[in-house]
Amino acid sequence: MNRIFIILLFFTLHSRSFFPQSNDDCLMCHEDPDLKTKIGNKTVLLFVNQKSFSSSVHGNLECIDCHTEINFEETPHREELTKVECGTCHDDVQKLYTECLHGKANAKGDALAPLCQDCHGNHNILPVKDRNSVVSPMKIPVLCGKCHREGTPVQLQRNIPKDSILENYSESIHGEGLLKKGLIVSATCVSCHSAHRILPHTDPRSTISRKNIATTCSVCHSEIETVHRQIIRGELWEKQANTLPACVDCHQPHEIRRVFYDYGMSDKDCLECHDNPNIVASIDGKSLFVNYAELKNSRHTGTACSQCHTEVNVSKKRPCETIQKNVDCASCHAEVGAEYLVSMHGSLTAKMDENAPSCKECHGNHGVLGKLNPESPTFATNIPNLCGKCHREGEKATVRYKGSEKDIINHYTESIHGKGLLKSGLTVTATCTDCHTAHKELPHTNPESSINRNNISHTCGTCHHGIEEQFAKSIHSPLVSDTEKKLPVCFDCHSAHEIRRADTEGFKLEIMSQCGRCHEQIAETYFDTYHGKVSQLGYTKTAKCYDCHGAHDILPITNPESRLSRQNVVETCKTCHPAANRQFAGYLTHATHHDPDKYPFLFWTFWGMTGLLIGTFIIAGLHTLLWLPRSLEWRRKLKKMHEDELNSDNDEPVENKSKTEKDEE
Amino acid sequence: MSNKNKYVLRFSRLNRILHVCMIVSFLILSLTGMSLKFSYTGWAKVLSKFFGGFESAGYWHRFAATIMIFVFIAHIVDLIRLRKKEFGSWKALLFGKSSMLFNKKDWHDLRDSLKWFIGRGPRPEYGRWTYWEKFDYFAVFWGMFVIGSTGTTLWFSEFFTNFFPGWILNVATIIHSDEALLATGFIFTIHFFNTHLRPEKFPMDIVIFSGRVSLEEFKLDRPYEYKELVEKGELEKYLVEQYPLIVIKGMLFFGWTALAMGFSIIIWIIYAMIFAYR
Repeated sequence: MNRIFIILLFFTLHSRSFFPQSNDDCLMCHEDPDLKTKIGNKTVLLFVNQKSFSSSVHGNLECIDCHTEINFEETPHREELTKVECGTCHDDVQKLYTECLHGKANAKGDALAPLCQDCHGNHNILPVKDRNSVVSPMKIPVLCGKCHREGTPVQLQRNIPKDSILENYSESIHGEGLLKKGLIVSATCVSCHSAHRILPHTDPRSTISRKNIATTCSVCHSEIETVHRQIIRGELWEKQANTLPACVDCHQPHEIRRVFYDYGMSDKDCLECHDNPNIVASIDGKSLFVNYAELKNSRHTGTACSQCHTEVNVSKKRPCETIQKNVDCASCHAEVGAEYLVSMHGSLTAKMDENAPSCKECHGNHGVLGKLNPESPTFATNIPNLCGKCHREGEKATVRYKGSEKDIINHYTESIHGKGLLKSGLTVTATCTDCHTAHKELPHTNPESSINRNNISHTCGTCHHGIEEQFAKSIHSPLVSDTEKKLPVCFDCHSAHEIRRADTEGFKLEIMSQCGRCHEQIAETYFDTYHGKVSQLGYTKTAKCYDCHGAHDILPITNPESRLSRQNVVETCKTCHPAANRQFAGYLTHATHHDPDKYPFLFWTFWGMTGLLIGTFIIAGLHTLLWLPRSLEWRRKLKKMHEDELNSDNDEPVENKSKTEKDEE
Repeated sequence: MSNKNKYVLRFSRLNRILHVCMIVSFLILSLTGMSLKFSYTGWAKVLSKFFGGFESAGYWHRFAATIMIFVFIAHIVDLIRLRKKEFGSWKALLFGKSSMLFNKKDWHDLRDSLKWFIGRGPRPEYGRWTYWEKFDYFAVFWGMFVIGSTGTTLWFSEFFTNFFPGWILNVATIIHSDEALLATGFIFTIHFFNTHLRPEKFPMDIVIFSGRVSLEEFKLDRPYEYKELVEKGELEKYLVEQYPLIVIKGMLFFGWTALAMGFSIIIWIIYAMIFAYR
């Protein structure tokens, strides 16, 4: 019995040595460092370093345990072998891998998809804890970086939403801990993304999804909820991941340094004092009371006191005593801040001008609301009043303003924009900020200004885009007319703050004198014609400049597209004169009888008629004047005769002399 | 009954009616036309508004023009009728004693009038129609032709440009407007003076409405015609009774209104040409 057992044991332990293809057999060939083969175009080294293999985690396995396909009988084995299936033993990991981005890419046949050996190596796999392992924490960033650093095919050709991942990581607190301080417990790529089941953050199963990120972070930061009172207020953010900010909202992934607040302060600490309605500043007696309810209803409801009121020091009994600077909104609203700095308001603030408005003059402070909130002073319908606080006639801005625009707020209110906004309640109507911008308002003389002559059509075009397009093609556009003369822009005809509907009588009549400011002679001669005279009487039904020439789309008459080109002019006349013909269109709409060279017919007709008129009046007038003294004489004679008759014969008075005489009758 | 209470019939009923129509249409034409011609003045704007805006004023203008054309036609028809009934031939109508055509006596009257004006002779013995009355009469013919033809061209501009170039409209406008200015100016100054403002007729002569002139005045004013009638023994044929007072008052009222409007237009034109010209 004992013998049989020993024999069986021997067989069991050494069974393989009885068959071909023991490791030694394999190494007979694969020991050769020059053993190579060609797969496709690639030369593959087939050398197996026995030393590194035997010290690897798989050192006590036979080659054929992994390379299962190799036939026991044949030596050397056939050349085409399928890849080693690690999942045969590591089936749990294999399952994760198949769900993972990498695994899925591989299943789709993506040549860039990493396989087990791409990360772990093949014959030389070392345990994770071995500092020489390619998957040891210290080496993970380099390993992942093989594919995920800038410029790699993966980063260039695959859809990776983040960039500079490796650079940002190495500068982050995690990267610094790991790479500079050698803290191998510091988070590496796999700590957050997991090693084998890497999923996009949009996937709810992902370790970095919004829902799971807190769990992921708290693997290491397990007590964060007790110390991180400021943001999470001691509540379980894991339970209410939807309402509470997730870690990554404040701590940018890969850039975990960028936090805006000082550690350890919570609003509760501030409110201990500032909740008191009677609290005042010792310097100037200004109230320091903070209406916390107002703050919580504001746009900054998720923002902690110390995020804005920086420089607090938790170690002090009164943490705010270290505050030196005013709140700088630009630390979060950097872009707006930069715009404000170059604006008129910002530059006045920089000059310490006491009238210059800062952020809070317009936006308020703790109760700041978004511009879409009707309660907000920056809501569209409230803007004219907001700007009017300084820009209404007599207020501080108008006192220093030396330009030509007067009574701006009232004019605006009466304008089509003002009526649209304030009477019709159309919040899409242009308000002050739509033309002047909200944060970068500049005087029109500044080339950067949104209302500068060169920029205004683009500014108006934000809403009136179709008009901007038309105008850009018209004769008045600098793109079309290359001239030294000043070309008109929107406000030259429409004014700035008194813009009226173009279909109102007043506008229609006024536009002619607007055109006439540049086109002097043409406007003057227009008023000599029937059209002009009727317009002058104050009626809009006859042709005015734009009826024939167009408004924003005026083209030179030499352009076949022009309304007044030879092809189109009859059609243009027909809009009012349905029976117009080619010769009718030859009517001189800007004729004058004062120009003998241009219009000799009219000139001579006029002077002929005037000559006739003057001649007739001179002859008839002279005749009449000469007649006058004799006629007076005659009147006296008649009167005398009449009286004589009355005396001689007291008969009825003669009719026709005067009314009084008849009344006596 | 003495001749002192007698009145001589000077104008037929039709002629009087036509003249009233002429006055009405001429005033409307002047008011609406001048409001356009002098559109740069304040009064023109008020006037245009009074007529209900430029479009309505245009309708008024063309309506009045139509009346005037009818007046003209009615007069021509009347002449044809007169030729048949009273004269028998065109020759008798055109060259007879009461013709509107200028004849030798008119030239003599003009010469003698000028002499009288400068104190070198007595007042000429004027006949049925004086030379200035004949001038006024033919001025209307001329005006009807010039203003009427250009006005029609402008009225039917789309039609007329089928035959004429477009600048004809510009020329027509100038002629229409300047001739209208001449007509208005002439009627409201020279005609008004000759007929109404002349001291011996001042302030108004309503003979054109009543058709009657007192025999006494007739004798003095038109001695030549008086003599002729007496010689022919035809005077009795023309003697009529005066209208009742109320009718005369109505005529005076109408006359005053027309005179006032005419003078207003003259003042507006002078204002427009001297003070507001541009």
